[in-house]
Amino acid sequence: MSNNILSVILTTFMYSTPLVLASLGGVISECSGVINIGIEGMMSFGAFTGACVGYFSGNPWLGLLAGGGAGLMISFLLAIASVRFMADQTISGIALNLIGPGLSLFLCRIFFDGQTTSYSVEHKLPKFFSTIDITTLLALVAVVMVHFVFYKTKWGLRLRAVGEHPAAADTLGVNVYKIRYVCVSLSGFLSGLAGACITLSVVSQFSPATICGQGFIALAAVIFGKWTPFGTYSACLLFAFAQSLTVLFGSSNLIPSEIFNTIPYILTIVVLIFFVGKSVAPKADGIAYSKETR
Amino acid sequence: MKKFIKFLKRPITSTILAILCGFIVSGVILALVGYNPVSAFVSLLNGIFSRPKYIFKVIERSTPIILTGISVAFSFKAGLFNIGAEGQYILGSIAATIVGISFNLHPIFQVPLVVFSGVLAGAIWGVITGFLKAKFGIHEVILGIMLNWIAFHICNFIVNHNLYHKPNSSRTYSINSSGFTMILNTWKRSKDGIEALRKNKLLSDILLKTDLNIGFIVAVLVAMVVWFILKKTTLGFAVRAVGLNPSAAKIAGIGIKRNITSTLAISGAISGLAAALAITGTSPHALYQLVMFENIGFNGLSVALIANSSPIGCIFSGLFFSGLIYGGNSIQSDLNIPSEVISITIGSVLFFVALTKCLPMLIGKFSKRGENHVE
Repeated sequence: MSNNILSVILTTFMYSTPLVLASLGGVISECSGVINIGIEGMMSFGAFTGACVGYFSGNPWLGLLAGGGAGLMISFLLAIASVRFMADQTISGIALNLIGPGLSLFLCRIFFDGQTTSYSVEHKLPKFFSTIDITTLLALVAVVMVHFVFYKTKWGLRLRAVGEHPAAADTLGVNVYKIRYVCVSLSGFLSGLAGACITLSVVSQFSPATICGQGFIALAAVIFGKWTPFGTYSACLLFAFAQSLTVLFGSSNLIPSEIFNTIPYILTIVVLIFFVGKSVAPKADGIAYSKETR
Repeated sequence: MKKFIKFLKRPITSTILAILCGFIVSGVILALVGYNPVSAFVSLLNGIFSRPKYIFKVIERSTPIILTGISVAFSFKAGLFNIGAEGQYILGSIAATIVGISFNLHPIFQVPLVVFSGVLAGAIWGVITGFLKAKFGIHEVILGIMLNWIAFHICNFIVNHNLYHKPNSSRTYSINSSGFTMILNTWKRSKDGIEALRKNKLLSDILLKTDLNIGFIVAVLVAMVVWFILKKTTLGFAVRAVGLNPSAAKIAGIGIKRNITSTLAISGAISGLAAALAITGTSPHALYQLVMFENIGFNGLSVALIANSSPIGCIFSGLFFSGLIYGGNSIQSDLNIPSEVISITIGSVLFFVALTKCLPMLIGKFSKRGENHVE
């Protein structure tokens, strides 16, 4: 029994880590007023780059960093489109969801002899006491840091102001565009890290099914957590917990495993109905800002 | 200059511009990696147009994404982002498969029954989203994503269920042939049909090598009906009013909550229809075990966005989309270029669609500036 409990806790952390990182990116971006629907695509590109660099360099840390960098690079497309050119953020986000996996598989075939699955990396990221992924701790630190920056620093106040009322922030001399650029890039970096986390610590290679929907779950966690770092963190933990339960009980034959697999999703909806209630997005979320409309 | 601005302001111009830019980007990427972009595009075009079979395959494959595209476009008009089209599609195909296997009536009753069950299942999945959004204010994007996954696992449950699972395969049994909707299906397999088709190469290429079915015609009709509903009926007016300005619509006496539910019901019904037509119209007329999403609903999002949320436009963007995907296979087989370049192309096209939407605005701004100076 205690063994089971331990394994549930460990799997919860394992599943939650990429979700936490990715949705934290979502929180940052959306609080500054840019909806990031492209998390999935950024994660995918980060996952591939992480696995690829991790394989060729033999250094998983370098891979992790490269994954983050790849996410940042591709998020720059979203930033340019949605901040500079005031383009529709939903459309450009969905475009990234096509470009990210497309580019990853395209490059994968080129680097790995025409295959869509990369070779296994030699070294994975280290674990604490050989049980808890080091990235789990990294994610927690990131959450605390973002919370601190959001609510305790001048910079965080400005960021939230830009997301709620960019015109007012602009009048007071806050550079709306700069803040949004930085936030979207950070979001891309974290999404890339999240992807690389999966390929470098959960599994050890990139395949077409590596990133299948985690980005969207992260997106849901952002809304679930009401656009706050800790709210989102708990949403990810809850979701990962439900998923680890399905792993534990899925092996028993009482209930078909497919039905058991639906539990995390049903649980999410139930929690939303009974405990969380209406979620209100930052006021300017998804709306491009133009100085002329001030 | 004015004429030029007017020309640029037409949505079709910016869409074509976006498509061109998308192709340029993927061409550059191909060139950077060392492939010849020109021969890649030639092979793409060959893969779409060089045989009647290919053309009809593209049409056949376009049907589901045209319909999910219309489904998404319809909800866009009400300001709702129906990311759940994927789940509605899956549930529609589950219902159509179960009903198609369980019943075996005369085709006149069987086909409508199977199609209707798919439509109903999709609508129910849509209503769940709409109801929960209207009643509890839960964001439709979360609900859509969660319901997609629930549908995903239900699908695998049905595929592995003893009643439906076809032994030694990863799919269910096919539905009863009385539910098939292929054109001239019995004739082309009869003695006369085979005899007649042997003489006519063109027809045999179309009829025997593809699952030519009524789906595309239905999709075109649905596009027209949805266009009519949106433009000419009270319901359509309410939908658009809620989409453009919910507060104003509320004051004008339009029930927002009811509107949200009915919009998503209709949207789900159209996605369910897409699934039912795919099950009845294309082999193997069965459900497959899902490892990943088939992306029919997600592609519908892209189709709707390229079409600028116009139901009629969805027909063309759906055809374009499916042409690229189908033709992309020949790039892989002819030139050994990874077919994923197609995803990059479509993604870039979408990206430029987002960008070019603000093009007329930017140009308008510049031209106004000029006018002011003249005066």
